Amino acid sequence: MDSTRRSFLKILGVTAAGLTVRPSVEALAMGVKPKGAAPFDNALTAKRWAMAVDVGKFTGETRKAAIEACNKAHNIPHYENHLHEIKWIWEEGYKHTFPGQENEHLPAEIAREPFLVLCNQCVNPPCVRVCPTQATFQRPDGIVMMDYHRCIGCRFCMAGCPYGSRSFNWFDPRQQASLKDAEGNFSPPNPEFPSRTKGVVEKCNFCAERLAKGQMPACVEACKNNELIFGDLDDHESEVSKALRKHFTIRRKPELGTQPQIYYII
Amino acid sequence: MLEKALKGSERYWGWLAVLSFFIAIGFGAYLYQYFQGLGVTGMSRDVSWGIYISQLTYLVGVAASGVMLVLPYYLHNYKEFGKITILGEFMAVAAVFTCMMFVLVDLGQPSRLLNLFLYPTPNSILFWDAIVLNVYMLLNIVVGWTVLQSERKSMPPPKWVKPLIYLSIPWAFSIHTVTAFLYSGLAGRHFWLTAIMAPRFLASAFCAGPAILLLIVFILRRLTGFDPGQKAIRALAKIITYAMITNLFFLSLELFTAFYSNIPGHKHTFIYLFAGLEGHYALVPVMWASVLLGIFSLILLIPPRFRNNEKILIIALMALVLSTWLEKGMGLVVAGFIPNMLDHVTEYYPSVYELAITVGIYSLGIFILTVLFKIALEVKKEAAS
Repeated sequence: MDSTRRSFLKILGVTAAGLTVRPSVEALAMGVKPKGAAPFDNALTAKRWAMAVDVGKFTGETRKAAIEACNKAHNIPHYENHLHEIKWIWEEGYKHTFPGQENEHLPAEIAREPFLVLCNQCVNPPCVRVCPTQATFQRPDGIVMMDYHRCIGCRFCMAGCPYGSRSFNWFDPRQQASLKDAEGNFSPPNPEFPSRTKGVVEKCNFCAERLAKGQMPACVEACKNNELIFGDLDDHESEVSKALRKHFTIRRKPELGTQPQIYYII
Repeated sequence: MLEKALKGSERYWGWLAVLSFFIAIGFGAYLYQYFQGLGVTGMSRDVSWGIYISQLTYLVGVAASGVMLVLPYYLHNYKEFGKITILGEFMAVAAVFTCMMFVLVDLGQPSRLLNLFLYPTPNSILFWDAIVLNVYMLLNIVVGWTVLQSERKSMPPPKWVKPLIYLSIPWAFSIHTVTAFLYSGLAGRHFWLTAIMAPRFLASAFCAGPAILLLIVFILRRLTGFDPGQKAIRALAKIITYAMITNLFFLSLELFTAFYSNIPGHKHTFIYLFAGLEGHYALVPVMWASVLLGIFSLILLIPPRFRNNEKILIIALMALVLSTWLEKGMGLVVAGFIPNMLDHVTEYYPSVYELAITVGIYSLGIFILTVLFKIALEVKKEAAS
């Protein structure tokens, strides 16, 4: 009896020590900034990233180029079965991009030509509101990000997103033929961007990883003719601010109060 | 008292063996899903919740319905429910446990489940749902077990249990309200975005849950001779009738708002459910079956001379359970995704694996229910003798 009590007290002591050591180490480490996390000197920064889509300038080829660039930059696998698709940026017709705003007398090119749709990087993102683990979160510059290592795969964010901008990894993306080389080994087109595991949600991240290196988002870079105008809305002189002052723009489902940061120049 | 579950007839063990068989099949199917990914289910990018989350929704209602016995018995001192209140509490325990299993199998990364508590996020309704469900299960275990133990010792229940009983009453309402909030707070999902989602959930819970309990009581009476008394049965049948009337009334309110306002987004899902949309009709038979069975059950339940005839009552209850299950356990969650946020129609059909897992989890829930009811009935038998 005595010995068990003694061993119990020992375990209790070790546990208590463990519980106190970690916070004190953390306290001592405070004020020391980890060097690795510092952004590159040439990083692009902003207070409110936003994008204008100059719809009229697009051709089928430029849309394809933008989508292709994104798929490559983010190692997005291709699924034959549309039920399992992963889409960060893709094409939709007018009535699907702006449901409820269709009208029978649209100009032919509006009714005919698809629009590019992507995550709206909402100012009030419903996905962030509903996520139970903060695996999806909003950065101070407005970008809504995913932590693929924290996501539990509950897909509440997919129910919450009013734009259908989120995709779930129904299978292991690393096992998909589109991300494998001829010998069947995993060979992502962009080894610098993390591939995902099965069972987590993903979406457009406004190329946060490229902005950190001073590069424009992949889709913006692929559009050579300024079809996509990307920049800081807080900066009055940025290209996107100027474009929004000059052109009338519409946004997807503005009535929901999400404040989408993708603006369509019609 | 657990030892009561270890001694039983051959029929008792045979029943548990049958359930174990289905649990094993479900577990096997789950292993396959776990290693392959949730793509082996019928869910998709567009319909990202399916039969699992639907069952969660339905069973939260079954769990909450325990309060329809607890409330009259403890708050109004309605003694007739004395014999079956414990069954309501134990059914709530089994139902909440089953709910949690359905959440677990729906997760893409189940090993990260504890992130819910490691990174508590009060702005997420799912976080609150996890809390209210866990606490409700705990409340019912503690209350049910303690009261039963006192009954076994022929003593009044200890005083400290009373506050827990009173707490469990609003708590039952909270679990279904919070579960309704999972849906009714999502911008852009018109079908779910309705302030009467929580009342609708409660109404269907308070008819379906007691109906299931009453059907089980009829089975128990035949198998074990347990008799809750005619008064209790009739009182419960009345509660079920009123709740079912409210349930169908609420559904018609939804239809009025959607169609009289004539707002396309509000109508689309109802059109999909009752008439099909853009050539897709998967849920049309389900929804009509639900409505017709619901009306049929009320025709049998409202006139007292039908309701008080047990043979008719049993048919009415079966129709009612099926009606509410088709609506909550099949229609409500899936239809919220149809049409999708871009006005495309993608339908959903559960896969074989998904169905096997669903049957397995239900079997596990019924296994737990059987063991709990066995303990309760043995103790009651012993106390009576």
